[in-house]
Amino acid sequence: MTLVAIRGLSVAFDGIPALREVDLDVPRGGAVGMVGESGCGKSVTWLAALGLLPGRATVTGSVALDGQELLGAQGATLDRVRGGRVAMIFQDPASSLNPVHRLGTQVAEALRLHRGMVGTAARAEAKRLFDQVGIPDAARRLDAYPHELSGGQNQRVMIAMALAGQPELLVADEPTTALDVTIQAQILDLLNRLRRETGMALVLISHDLGVVSETCEEVAVMYAGRIVEQAPAEALFANPSHPYTRGLLAALPPLDGPRQKLAAIPGGVPEPWAMPRGCAFAPRCARRTPACEVAVPSHARIAERHSVACVLAEARELVAA
Amino acid sequence: MLRFLASRLARALLTIAMVVTFAFVVLRLSGDPALLIMSVDAPPEAIAAFRAAWGLDEPLWMQYVKYFGAIVQGDLGRSMRDGRDAIVLVTERIPATLALTLPALAIKIGIGIPAGIYAALHRNSLTDRLVMTLAVMGFTVPSFVLGLLLVLVFAVQLGWLPSGGDGTWRHAILPVVTLGIGGAAVLARFTRSAMLEVLGQPYIRTASAKGVPWRAVVRGHALPNAAIPTVTIIGFMVGSLIAGAVVVESVFSWPGVGRLLVVAVSNRDLAVVQCILLLVAATMVASNLIVDLLYGALDPRLRQARAGGAG
Repeated sequence: MTLVAIRGLSVAFDGIPALREVDLDVPRGGAVGMVGESGCGKSVTWLAALGLLPGRATVTGSVALDGQELLGAQGATLDRVRGGRVAMIFQDPASSLNPVHRLGTQVAEALRLHRGMVGTAARAEAKRLFDQVGIPDAARRLDAYPHELSGGQNQRVMIAMALAGQPELLVADEPTTALDVTIQAQILDLLNRLRRETGMALVLISHDLGVVSETCEEVAVMYAGRIVEQAPAEALFANPSHPYTRGLLAALPPLDGPRQKLAAIPGGVPEPWAMPRGCAFAPRCARRTPACEVAVPSHARIAERHSVACVLAEARELVAA
Repeated sequence: MLRFLASRLARALLTIAMVVTFAFVVLRLSGDPALLIMSVDAPPEAIAAFRAAWGLDEPLWMQYVKYFGAIVQGDLGRSMRDGRDAIVLVTERIPATLALTLPALAIKIGIGIPAGIYAALHRNSLTDRLVMTLAVMGFTVPSFVLGLLLVLVFAVQLGWLPSGGDGTWRHAILPVVTLGIGGAAVLARFTRSAMLEVLGQPYIRTASAKGVPWRAVVRGHALPNAAIPTVTIIGFMVGSLIAGAVVVESVFSWPGVGRLLVVAVSNRDLAVVQCILLLVAATMVASNLIVDLLYGALDPRLRQARAGGAG
């Protein structure tokens, strides 16, 4: 059953498109990964969905949470959804927490807003949440400030704060990018464990295919503001069909075998104001055809739950039909 | 904390000592008070007697040692003009100056901060541009120009208010407004940029993402952080409460410390000038100290750095 349904979501900043026609479903309790280079629109998708973009952004399309439209919703409605039904954590935990407020106060604020808890009840619940996310010496940490904790500990606080509203969906925007590798693994384990314990859905935004593959059942690959391939994680890795996805997988270092030079994708992402008319990836694509430069390829279903926006896949779909 | 206070206090005393020394050197080098006060035509014996009476015939270092020693004992010297204690001369002018600078400070804070916050929250709107245009005008126009402009309009043309002097509260209105506008403009610009800086921080987005209503985000998350740089500017304004009105007092013939300073400098009335400079330095240093303490109250990161013995 679908929890969040995004349809035709487009975002433009000062008239320059940053996100184009994104369709995405997040199933209740499911885990969806969003992968792509920085600037491809993974974060913008969810900031737009939750109304967190600055005023100069124009957002069109539809984002429905359990059938309730979020785009253009009243401020009060959004305030109940944000942190209450959909929580979000960010890349840099240290600057994502307010430096002048105690950690306990910041968590208690979410408890008051979404669960009406104040005073000792809120404090007790905040301590329980700190314990749940594995913050040692939780009672004392409630009175600490963000600068007194490490990056990994701060990210745990962010997660505790996100859990405070008992959300049905947690959007984790590059939650491990700013952390060192051993801490990254711990945070991913924590997110997996919390999903099992609470049954909440997870959207994991990352530029790291490896991180996403470990955690998510479904993966959407984004390029230049569009989803270019979407599939269950195993299918995506077994049968990557968009040349960009293949390029990303080829750029991952193999775990065994002799050391070899990693295959980088030549060229760079086109600037938002200089998008090619056809497929945005065409200028970098080794399998480019004249058709690629004519029109933006539509999403072709090449298998159950596996869709690709590529003219080559369109051809395959026709053959299959 | 105690160590922090002690080091700050030591630094404050050092600053004041340096100001005193500097004032001494500059004033002694810039002209002979005996010639100025007695006039150049005075008989040489009279001038010599004057010098002997004020100790001006002693070597410079000796004068400095005596002067410094007297200050340490709390003796700020007497006016060479009328022989009264310099400190008395100066302190009896302070209420008049504060009568201008305190209401002006209230205007600066009362208008500057709300205007800056409003402009930041409505960035690039018509109101923002209007506020910022006024602010640029407010602090680029020098206070003597603004003062004369206000006199021209409200005293000469409209005849609503007196153009200068003292006596009633009506006399204070134009100088207070002149002082207040410039400071409000500075504060508005500062508050706006501090707010914009803070509003762009990730923790503001976090607060919105956890469902805090926007007004509460501004009040609870943005303002406490934006207060830190703003307090610095207010600190400077508090520090210049005593000597911040030199120009305006001169323009409006207001009998405050500022005008006393102008008169004393042109008369080479050394003790009075030094006494005022000492007072100004002391208020500046004191307000800086208060600002430092406020930083600690506002920002836990600084508080901890101090508890660690640094700073």
